[in-house]
Amino acid sequence: MALDVGGKVVETDEEGYLSNRDEWSNEIAKAISVAEGIDMSDNHWEVVNFLREYYEEYQIAPAVRVLTKAIGKKLGKDKGNSKYLYELFPYGPAKQACKIAGLPKPTGCV
Amino acid sequence: MSEEASGVVKKFLYINRKAPYGTVYALESLEVVLIAAAFDQDVSLAFFDDGVYQIAKGMDTKAIGQKNFSPTYKALGDYDINKIYVSKESLDARGLSKDDLMDLKYEDEDDDWAEKDSIHIVNSEELADLMDSQDVILSF
Repeated sequence: MALDVGGKVVETDEEGYLSNRDEWSNEIAKAISVAEGIDMSDNHWEVVNFLREYYEEYQIAPAVRVLTKAIGKKLGKDKGNSKYLYELFPYGPAKQACKIAGLPKPTGCV
Repeated sequence: MSEEASGVVKKFLYINRKAPYGTVYALESLEVVLIAAAFDQDVSLAFFDDGVYQIAKGMDTKAIGQKNFSPTYKALGDYDINKIYVSKESLDARGLSKDDLMDLKYEDEDDDWAEKDSIHIVNSEELADLMDSQDVILSF
């Protein structure tokens, strides 16, 4: 599959995850979010950027349970719960936010 | 599954005995551990023989063109996997000590999130007792 980002073609796998993580940019994130039907707010970006930092440090995309806990620790209890995260990313915070962040599918997601 | 059986927490021990690169065992084991962490079981990890190199500090995989997955071991604490046993004999035989291993820690939820060591150095007798107390042992 491929994604058209302002005339530039970006390769993705069949589920829409970026083939090459290093190609990621804010524009690509935007394009993926549009395909996912998500209107990116500051709160969305906060989670996406958090995931990118987590990946940078640990080389994995965290499972949703781990993500929820880690977000709570970093951004506060009102954000570290699944209700908040599912409101931002209705099809699953780990899956959708990872996709927008240009990361591989989280380990443990089938 | 009966209601009774579904609530049973079993003791799982994952044994790692091979060098981190050169075979796929170390990475496969790590992925299985992370996936299985979702099932809320009582999980321990043991590292012995060349497996101790899996959690050694300062790995650099550039020259072999493989992804360095060492940083991922540091995420184990986030996954509530905080019982990591390392064989003293295996370390000694390789001229290694605890200082050569990564600083793997976890935050204890029941103790005001205090940071604690996940790594325990054990001798072969303690390792044998550990294995004896498990319900399931998976060896990689």
